[in-house]
Amino acid sequence: MKRYIFIESRDPFESRDTQFVEDTAVAVKERGHEVTVFLVQNGVLAARNSVGRLGRLAEAGVTLLADDFSLRERGIRTEELTPGIRESGIDALVDALVEENTKALWH
Amino acid sequence: MKERRLTLALMDPPYESANSTTALRIISAALAKGIDVNVFAYEGAVCLPLKDQAPHANPVKGTTVEQEDHPTTKSFISSLLEIGKDKLTWVNCGLCVDERGAGNVVEGVKRGSPADFFKMASESTNTLVIPTK
Repeated sequence: MKRYIFIESRDPFESRDTQFVEDTAVAVKERGHEVTVFLVQNGVLAARNSVGRLGRLAEAGVTLLADDFSLRERGIRTEELTPGIRESGIDALVDALVEENTKALWH
Repeated sequence: MKERRLTLALMDPPYESANSTTALRIISAALAKGIDVNVFAYEGAVCLPLKDQAPHANPVKGTTVEQEDHPTTKSFISSLLEIGKDKLTWVNCGLCVDERGAGNVVEGVKRGSPADFFKMASESTNTLVIPTK
């Protein structure tokens, strides 16, 4: 088993190819790997519960983290997040990056 | 504990994208954890440590340079190099520097080539490439 981290920095309403990251994360998870999607910058705009996105990732068992700094910059409160998405510091991303057997992809 | 080393490849020029801010945050957090960090700055990212950057006043708000306290990427990088000491290696791509006339950089920034990036990546626990859009 490998670990995969997908770092999503793009707003899903601006970049339609964020769907590709979702599809790939689910497909990798279905193959038995550990998958984390870390939302950062405008990527956190998808984390709002009112948007109705990313539920499929949570259902698939993908770990969903949203960067606290990016959330604060955009005025998104913790209680607004889709269930299953956890607010996280950049430290968590660094910790994940230096885990052995981990592949990281920035989008 | 086994030595941990992270390599980042950056491409965005300063003041263009939030990618630069996130990259600097990652570097800072990694150094705080005692992780060795290599940075390979490519394309416009070689301007991140440019010494000629200057903070400015804000005529719209009527604030002075001091009041505005405008952050510059060169200052962040200088601080990180000072904090990181031998744990942070920053290499600017030489060809990218020459193309942009961006050789006047803050102390501690080295000049190199994509071969350095290959070596850094080969010797690292992980490598994160942060491309431009």
